[in-house]
Amino acid sequence: MTYVIDRRLNGKNKSAVNRQRFLKRYKGQIQRAVADAVKQRSITDMERGESVSIPAQDVSEPTFGHGPGGRRTVVHPGNREFVAGDRIKRPEGGSGGGAGSASNQGAGEDDFNFQLTQDEFLEVMFEGLELPNLVKRHLKGSDSFKRVHAGFSNDGIPAKLNVIRSLRQAKARRLALCGGPKKALANARLLLEEAERRGDEVTAKKLEKEIEDLEARIRRVPFLDTYDLRYNLHIKQPIPTSKAVMFCLMDVSGSMDQQIKDMAKRFYLLLYLFLKRNYERIEIVFIRHHTVAKEVDEEEFFYSRETGGTVVSSALKLMAEIVEARYAPDEWNIYGAQASDGDNWNDDSPICAETLMKRILPKVQYFCYVEITKRDPQALWAEYQRLSEAQPELFAQRRVSETGDIYPVFRELFQKKVEAT
Amino acid sequence: MNQPARADRQYISQGSDWNFELIARYDEEIGRLAQEFGLDTYPNQIEVIRSEQMMDAYASIGMPVGYHHWSFGKHFVEVAQRYQRGEMGLAYEIVINSDPCIAYLMEENTITTQALVLAHACYGHNSFFKGNYLFRTWTDAGSIIDYLLFAKKYIADCEERHGVRPVEEILDSCHALMNYGVDRYKRPYPISAEEEKRRQRERQEYVQRTLNDLWRTIPKAEAAHEEEESFPEEPQENLLYFIEKNAPLLEPWQRELVRIVRKIAQYFYPQRQTQVMNEGWATFWHYTLLNALYDEGKVDDGFMMEFLSSHTGVLAQPPYDDPLYNGINPYALGFAMFTDLRRICDQPTAEDHEWFPDIAGAPWREVLSHAMRNFKDESFILQFLSPKVMRDQRLFGVIDDESEDTYEIAAIHDAQGYRRVRELLASQYNLGDQEPNIQIVKVDVRGDRSLTLAHEQHARRPLHAENSREVLKHLYRLWGFPVRLESLSDGEAVEVRTCPELEPEPED
Repeated sequence: MTYVIDRRLNGKNKSAVNRQRFLKRYKGQIQRAVADAVKQRSITDMERGESVSIPAQDVSEPTFGHGPGGRRTVVHPGNREFVAGDRIKRPEGGSGGGAGSASNQGAGEDDFNFQLTQDEFLEVMFEGLELPNLVKRHLKGSDSFKRVHAGFSNDGIPAKLNVIRSLRQAKARRLALCGGPKKALANARLLLEEAERRGDEVTAKKLEKEIEDLEARIRRVPFLDTYDLRYNLHIKQPIPTSKAVMFCLMDVSGSMDQQIKDMAKRFYLLLYLFLKRNYERIEIVFIRHHTVAKEVDEEEFFYSRETGGTVVSSALKLMAEIVEARYAPDEWNIYGAQASDGDNWNDDSPICAETLMKRILPKVQYFCYVEITKRDPQALWAEYQRLSEAQPELFAQRRVSETGDIYPVFRELFQKKVEAT
Repeated sequence: MNQPARADRQYISQGSDWNFELIARYDEEIGRLAQEFGLDTYPNQIEVIRSEQMMDAYASIGMPVGYHHWSFGKHFVEVAQRYQRGEMGLAYEIVINSDPCIAYLMEENTITTQALVLAHACYGHNSFFKGNYLFRTWTDAGSIIDYLLFAKKYIADCEERHGVRPVEEILDSCHALMNYGVDRYKRPYPISAEEEKRRQRERQEYVQRTLNDLWRTIPKAEAAHEEEESFPEEPQENLLYFIEKNAPLLEPWQRELVRIVRKIAQYFYPQRQTQVMNEGWATFWHYTLLNALYDEGKVDDGFMMEFLSSHTGVLAQPPYDDPLYNGINPYALGFAMFTDLRRICDQPTAEDHEWFPDIAGAPWREVLSHAMRNFKDESFILQFLSPKVMRDQRLFGVIDDESEDTYEIAAIHDAQGYRRVRELLASQYNLGDQEPNIQIVKVDVRGDRSLTLAHEQHARRPLHAENSREVLKHLYRLWGFPVRLESLSDGEAVEVRTCPELEPEPED
């Protein structure tokens, strides 16, 4: 008798795979795979999911076993030329047909492949990164309010009527208004009884009239009056949100060849994806420069083909102007990221440093500079060096020579800083 | 292999889609043939799963039976992947040696592959588990599932109560010592889950008390050095058992985990010694059964093409100088041997009569059945490896002696060499030789409570340095006090390892 059991999960519930546990276990490999993928992908392709491969041997399970040495005998298949008694020289290194103990597996070890979704991919890519020093929080926009219960009021709309309070007020009013008459009424009734017992007709008649009046008076007091009504009150409280703006300054001069431009674009693309993913409200200002700087939109920033000489300070000046015009430092958290190949007009480099120091750095939370070149650093790098030594919290600079360096450098620049307690 | 006339053929199915009804029908047909061939099997329980559940297994959650440990999952996945590529890497995890015998079919397979799994696992492996003496001695097939379920639940509870990571750490350490968790010379009692549950609570109470007795160390001041009772009295080879009973710092739940791993190790012990036979037997039978099905006209050529391509993939044996070479493929060797045994019975040559006078010409089913029941890899090879197989595979033996600077060819597949090659190959499957001989020899009860192990070197073979260091760390974690491993050759300690590692003594 054979039983066939269907253990596949029913359509309704999602797979019981505890992906989190799995991803946590193989975190190292996944991060490595993601870093590799980022290195190799084309810019347009950056965002999709990825297939990750985990080598079977990477998860090691040690046991006691023999190491090389001593005297061992092994039987191998596939003899073509040997005869008993032959002596063979040992091969260099470890090859020579796996002269190990009997293998437990017939075929070779295999890698385990699985798919990361796009979301997971991006998450791993940007894990542990943040915009540094994001401190300024301020009001912005009308959709950042929340309604909060704020007690009661005497005015309102029927939907907000608080029934219990209203009735309580009504009760209080009735007590207040009828209290005296009710007491008088009780009194009068007592007296009436006495008068009737005594047979005092005149007093009795007077008292009856009085009682009638009192009763009418009590009846006139309404059960519920408009003065009694109470309503719930809500007010709008603003939610503070942080405003941040990132300035992307890219050098598109003639000295940047295609490959360097490509690397710069990768950097900015990573930055762009990172910001879009992690921060709800962020503005990005794109500035391209060669000899003159121009503020552009995203499309033009990544795709335009303009080129020219190199005057880096033009971009920095433009940035400073835009900041002064549109982004008040007390409201906005301002960031800057600049990429260039470092090949600047020599006289210009000190101007760059000065512009940064005087006009930009005082206003920004963080500014990073990425130099993409295989050559030795030039004047611009040296100038910036001084800045980064003077203000290490605000200014960071890195060099990148190959595509593979971009992602690690990006991670370094935006690494989450451990909170100082 | 001629099929009956076209008009008589009635294919069970055509094309590659499967459904539950087809599986039932194939199982019926294959089961009928298996019975005709005299295969005795436990009832089968076939479970259909999805590839995502494979990932579950990898993440240590999924196998319906079996506790959560990522290494099981890892093996499961390796195997399942070979499966998908058409290689039949059916290791024991996909077939559970139990009554009923559990086998897994993957949803993504074609009907041909499902039929192949049915024949291979549900009738091949199944009959091996039921018949082979090692399995009959070492496992109680009826209760193993219960026990695995008990273990799984217990471990899940521990994870909830103490956290996933602490449990994983203990299990990792136990797994490192799993090969040394078996009493090789004692017959184990069959495991019963009911008993276990009842005893487990008792154990929790008693264990701490007995432990405290052992570790009460009030040193006798200045007393004469009496003959100290050495503990343990005799060297202990079952490391996990020793730790379970004597490790001073384990919590009761940790002790229970050690015990669970030990029991599982015991369960797997026969499988380690019968890899070649088990796989060879299952491969032989899937080949025979499916061919019989074809001969009856029940499956078409398309089916056979797919099956044969899968089948030959499994039997791949690259020669020693091929970059893909990874040792002797147990499927290839096992299949070759069983097939040749059948040939020796059906069509013996003069050589066969000389080498196997008892079985040449005998009825093949009886001979194969007898071999399957009463041998394990080492003895099977020693008894039944034929010169023809050695020639086909071109086997040759190499001596690799560290003290010499060349390899020496000990024997090849010629008349003078057959016996020697056979001996050498058999010894390769002798666990006693292949696994280092490590035993616990001393516990310093009154001193630093350190544990000393002795490794008896065989043929001057040292321990693998890196692995030993890792395993010692695991041992240290379980024992709680320093551990020391001495490698002895001819009674002299040639190598000593400790954990934690001692700092080198300063030069004077």
